[in-house]
Amino acid sequence: MKPGTRLKSAACDTEVMVIRAAEGQIECGGAPMAETKPADPAPLAADFSAGTLMGKRYIDADGKYELLCVKPGKGSLGVDGQALVVKDAKPLPASD
Amino acid sequence: MNIALLLEMAAEAAPDRIALVCDGKRWTYSDLLAAARGAFAIIQDSGADYVALLDESSEAAVIAVFGAALAGVPYCPLNYRLPDADLAALLGRIAPALVIGDEERVTRIAQDQGHTILSREEFTLQTQETVPADDAREYDPGEGVAIQLFTSGTTAAPKAAILRHSNLLGYILGTVEFAGADEADAALVVVPPYHIAGISALLSSIYAQRRIVMLPSFSPEGWLALVQAEAVTNAFVVPTMLSRIIEAMDNGTTAEIASLRAIAYGGGKMPLEVIHKALERFPAAGFTNAYGLTETSSTVALLGPEDHRQALASSDSKIRARLTSLGKPIPTVEMEIRGDDGRVMPVGEAGEIYVRGEQVSGEYKEKSALDADGWFPTRDAGYMDEEGYLFLSGRADDVIVRGGENMSPGEIEDVLLTHPAIADACACAIPSVEWGEAVGIAVVTRDGHEAPHENELKDLVRQRLRSSRVPEKVAFVTELPYNEMGKLLRRKVKDVLAG
Repeated sequence: MKPGTRLKSAACDTEVMVIRAAEGQIECGGAPMAETKPADPAPLAADFSAGTLMGKRYIDADGKYELLCVKPGKGSLGVDGQALVVKDAKPLPASD
Repeated sequence: MNIALLLEMAAEAAPDRIALVCDGKRWTYSDLLAAARGAFAIIQDSGADYVALLDESSEAAVIAVFGAALAGVPYCPLNYRLPDADLAALLGRIAPALVIGDEERVTRIAQDQGHTILSREEFTLQTQETVPADDAREYDPGEGVAIQLFTSGTTAAPKAAILRHSNLLGYILGTVEFAGADEADAALVVVPPYHIAGISALLSSIYAQRRIVMLPSFSPEGWLALVQAEAVTNAFVVPTMLSRIIEAMDNGTTAEIASLRAIAYGGGKMPLEVIHKALERFPAAGFTNAYGLTETSSTVALLGPEDHRQALASSDSKIRARLTSLGKPIPTVEMEIRGDDGRVMPVGEAGEIYVRGEQVSGEYKEKSALDADGWFPTRDAGYMDEEGYLFLSGRADDVIVRGGENMSPGEIEDVLLTHPAIADACACAIPSVEWGEAVGIAVVTRDGHEAPHENELKDLVRQRLRSSRVPEKVAFVTELPYNEMGKLLRRKVKDVLAG
């Protein structure tokens, strides 16, 4: 998965931009994400329904995956069934 | 990756919020995105390889940078202060381009280069009249070039530094929180559009959703009036601007400045005296000193408001000295100080500053300056204290080598500036038969003071530093030469000392 690729959720409105990724399956709301939305929406899995927040970056424990949420939705993100977590950003004082 | 994403996200989250104020006109995020999409269509139709801007800051700069990104074409703002011949040469290197701005001048000096030329007004109008598709973008998921900036080229032909979308997004995503600004926040942008700080200001403000207030042409009175009129909360200035703002306030220009919470400065060395006065004049503002280069997508180290307060309040001379430092590397960047042999220097010893990180491009159109491990040699010389604060000693090329001993002009200048009668000082290498190079200094006497005797200055340096630092030649000048960004032009001082 190339950095910069935009993926859409099959289960909700979530869209992400890939910053970093490996070979695993990127999912949202428990369903695989793809560059196009399927005609029929996938059901939202209960374990992946905490929602995504615009502008937040989501990462896995190994640092292999990083996704930027560019459109929020009801599903939450995962890779091969493992939930991703929000990357803590430490904003700097505005310098420019 | 594509930096157009920053504007797309802001327009998605807050379409009707004011993004930009310029010459009294207000633009929302959705206005700007619609215009950028219009620009995308214009750029594609023109067949241009580059989008160039030859103009002061205006909405056209914002529309052009994002329009170029959507079109997958590098954006290349040009320095309108360059002489015709130099400018024509640069235009020739980016032909065919869509050139926005000074239509008359481009036509006159580069008519036969195949450019499409539009005035600011025509461009802005056309972008609003063009109605492209909502998802208009030449989406490049790879490593495309977002920005090309020509370096100032004081020694040789200007180099074309390139910043990729991934460098700029790495910088913004790593340092700015999306929609992190309050709706009342406003950033006053006065840096010219061809400077990296002028570009990063646009990108970071848009991603933070901080309203951009543009001042196309700097004057201290205009700056103060705009702070009051737009209740500006954040501002970035170069040292000469801050110095002129304070001077105007000293001379009775008044403005309501209580809204100013944050003032960042950079682009050249800030005299200690100016920062002291600024802290008095803007007691409510937090000050940030930012250090960065074109090749690093802007800031790589900063001295934040808390550092400023601590330094001011401290009785420890080492902590007080941090007011003249560049602060610490930002968390997303690695930094090392290396000697001539490439080894990392111990604490307190000067060498060349190397940086590495996503935002560091270190790349020119001709070739990359990165080493095999991705480190960029900045050609800036500096050292770090035991707490990791970075001090700049000048350009690596400015280091004075006397009989094999490396000396940084900065340490000599700092000592000279402690003399009550010295307002400004520059140290540089002069040819020496005995030593290869020796120290020469040019100093400016402070108003109302008598010029000190040469020997007094030599003694001062001898007492505070080593005898090798004692200047062999002293010139008294009425002022030192700076460029418009506040950078000291040492080469010109060298000429004076050689003459």
